[in-house]
Amino acid sequence: MADDALFEFLHMEIVAHVYKEQATREDIDKERVTCVSTLELMGFRVGQGLIERRFTKDCPTFKEDLDIMKFLCKDLWSTIFRKQIDNLRTNHQGTYVLQDNKFALLTQFSTGKQYLEEAPKYLAFSCGLIRGALSNLGLESVVTAEVSLMPSCKFQVVIQKL
Amino acid sequence: MQTAIMIVANYPLYIRSVPTQGELKFHYTVHTSLDVVEEKISGVGKALADQRELYLGLLYPTEDYKVYGYVTNSKVKFVIVVDSSNTSLRDNEIRSMFRKLHNSFTDVMCNPFYNPGDPIQSKAFDSIVSTMMVQAF
Repeated sequence: MADDALFEFLHMEIVAHVYKEQATREDIDKERVTCVSTLELMGFRVGQGLIERRFTKDCPTFKEDLDIMKFLCKDLWSTIFRKQIDNLRTNHQGTYVLQDNKFALLTQFSTGKQYLEEAPKYLAFSCGLIRGALSNLGLESVVTAEVSLMPSCKFQVVIQKL
Repeated sequence: MQTAIMIVANYPLYIRSVPTQGELKFHYTVHTSLDVVEEKISGVGKALADQRELYLGLLYPTEDYKVYGYVTNSKVKFVIVVDSSNTSLRDNEIRSMFRKLHNSFTDVMCNPFYNPGDPIQSKAFDSIVSTMMVQAF
């Protein structure tokens, strides 16, 4: 089906475009930080809209955070990436680790350690997506991602309790 | 025949009433009804589909308005206020109104030019609400 490929290509171009725009700045570190936050904010807004459209229609309200995370892993991930999160771990104190062994946006890179440094750029949008989705469900959070072996990656979600 | 529709997410996002003079009165009515909505949301601890709730008979016996509420899962509240003299309105009609409102609201959310939390200024949304209010009342 062409649908998956469309989004993957668009995403790659978005990342390339954002970096090219910032390329005129002198400070390399600052450039990376601005690019990553731009991508993350994009993902945030998309996550909010997606939740509004997909979720608020038919699903019942969730009793607790763990249910919300499970919904995120199953339904939201299948809607966007056509597969579910492979592993969800939690310390029951607000920290969740979502592991995807074959992350759709990273499969084209490599199946090992090559291009590992470039991976974080391509995960920023998805981190924002998770953060946006959670925020519209009522949970403020901080989402980070790490990759040690392509194409598997881990998203760490820390719920901010007020 | 006075009616009003209001959408709230901790502060009003959208207010519309048919005879636009009485708006202040509607603000007051809606704000007090929000308390009842909050009460109902916090009371429900089980996994119920909160698709529709808060069907009050009469909020203020003296002013006799009927106030209907609806809450989405992202805690955005829709409130419709109607004159009690309009007894021909049935439950199903109100439900379908809320469903239409919810659909239009979802469309507004998906508009990239709309930032969640801003007052709703979409003309399409306005026209849908107007047609709905004219149709029903």
